[in-house]
Amino acid sequence: MAKITYHTHDNKTHTVDVQKGLTVMEGAVQNDIPGIDADCGGGMACATCHVYVKEQWLNKLPQKEDGEEDMLDMAFEPKNNSRLSCQLIVSDELDGLEVNIPSKQG
Amino acid sequence: MNKTDVLIIGAGPTGLFCAHQLGIIGLSCEIVDNLDKAGGQCIELYPDKPIYDIPAVPECTGEELTNNLLQQIKPFNFKFYLNERVEELKKNQNRWNVKTSGGVEFDVAAIVIAGGVGSFEPRKFPVKECEKFEGNSLFYSIKDKSIFKDKTISIFGGGDSALDWAIELSNSSKVNLIHRRDGFSGAEASVQKVKELNDQGKLNLYTKFQMDSVMGDKKIESVKIKHDEGEIKEIKSDYVLGFFGLIMQLGPILNWGLNLNKKTVEVNTENFETSVNGIFAIGDICSYPGKLKLILSGFHEGALAARGCFKYAKPDEKLRFEFTTTSKAAQERLGVKK
Repeated sequence: MAKITYHTHDNKTHTVDVQKGLTVMEGAVQNDIPGIDADCGGGMACATCHVYVKEQWLNKLPQKEDGEEDMLDMAFEPKNNSRLSCQLIVSDELDGLEVNIPSKQG
Repeated sequence: MNKTDVLIIGAGPTGLFCAHQLGIIGLSCEIVDNLDKAGGQCIELYPDKPIYDIPAVPECTGEELTNNLLQQIKPFNFKFYLNERVEELKKNQNRWNVKTSGGVEFDVAAIVIAGGVGSFEPRKFPVKECEKFEGNSLFYSIKDKSIFKDKTISIFGGGDSALDWAIELSNSSKVNLIHRRDGFSGAEASVQKVKELNDQGKLNLYTKFQMDSVMGDKKIESVKIKHDEGEIKEIKSDYVLGFFGLIMQLGPILNWGLNLNKKTVEVNTENFETSVNGIFAIGDICSYPGKLKLILSGFHEGALAARGCFKYAKPDEKLRFEFTTTSKAAQERLGVKK
């Protein structure tokens, strides 16, 4: 388990234990945290699980695979700290990760 | 009014295979889809990406899968209504009257919603004022390119649509292409072409910029774009085009009185009927305990929903279970020549 904190657009903070090996997207969906649509189910094909990663975590994350940046072009208000949460696999290194969920996904 | 047994909403793999199953058991159907071609997410999101988990097909692309499914239902000659979104359902005694966005009307015994995650709509600019100009000087698709002649056009996006239109419109318009990063997702040849045109001064490329705001009274006069580092530029623009791909919206399905669970429709697993008699839901749009969003699950759901439709389409007949290997009736429907 790793603690992941999701800040939603309504200024609420949700800290949940997410099983290692699941993605940050799955952690949100399974805990009913609003704002992550994940329409394609985690296939890096839709950009509706877009999150902003807290700056200090950016370089601790796995590198973007080919295609993630292409999908982020489609995301709602992408920024430099944008990631697709379906591509972030929870591990011990990510214990304590904080992400902000955008106001909407499309 | 088009009278048929079943209306299928959505021409993705699940909808297409359900049509096949309806044809095999001797029912007629017509198929409506909001996109301009069949295939759904397979064609719209990943036409060239290989799929590895279709039973007995070790590897095929979304496009190949779609073509094979279309081939498989060809003998039935079912009619497709593309570029149409189903807007209204009305119960009429034991049947349903259905109306689409383009005014096409159907009179059917049952409805199968195979709508994926809803209908595809263009993704829009996050900037609020853009709504005001939508359809007059701001567009997400191009219907008539002649209006852009000799005008200044600001195109946003980094995929093939943005690149292709930037290249094409640069022949007869002043084009600004604005993209949020240096890399592009479009074809490499188009990226090279855009860079050449930029070097020759035939197009202005702004990378690491995104829209900040749009200005204008009735029509757009200029747009402000903001660099990653904070610099803001104002560029004169008669038209703004945004190409950010498509997003799926549940749309009018929300208003049909079905039991919903987030963005999905609840069904039973016996025949995939929804909480409303005569309306079935299959594929990614349906939910039930244990639901897997796989194409193969959609096929199974479609086969059962087709049989569920039978009692509404032919209430006085009994459906017998048959195999296509031995059923004369099924083979006749498929046009098998012996």
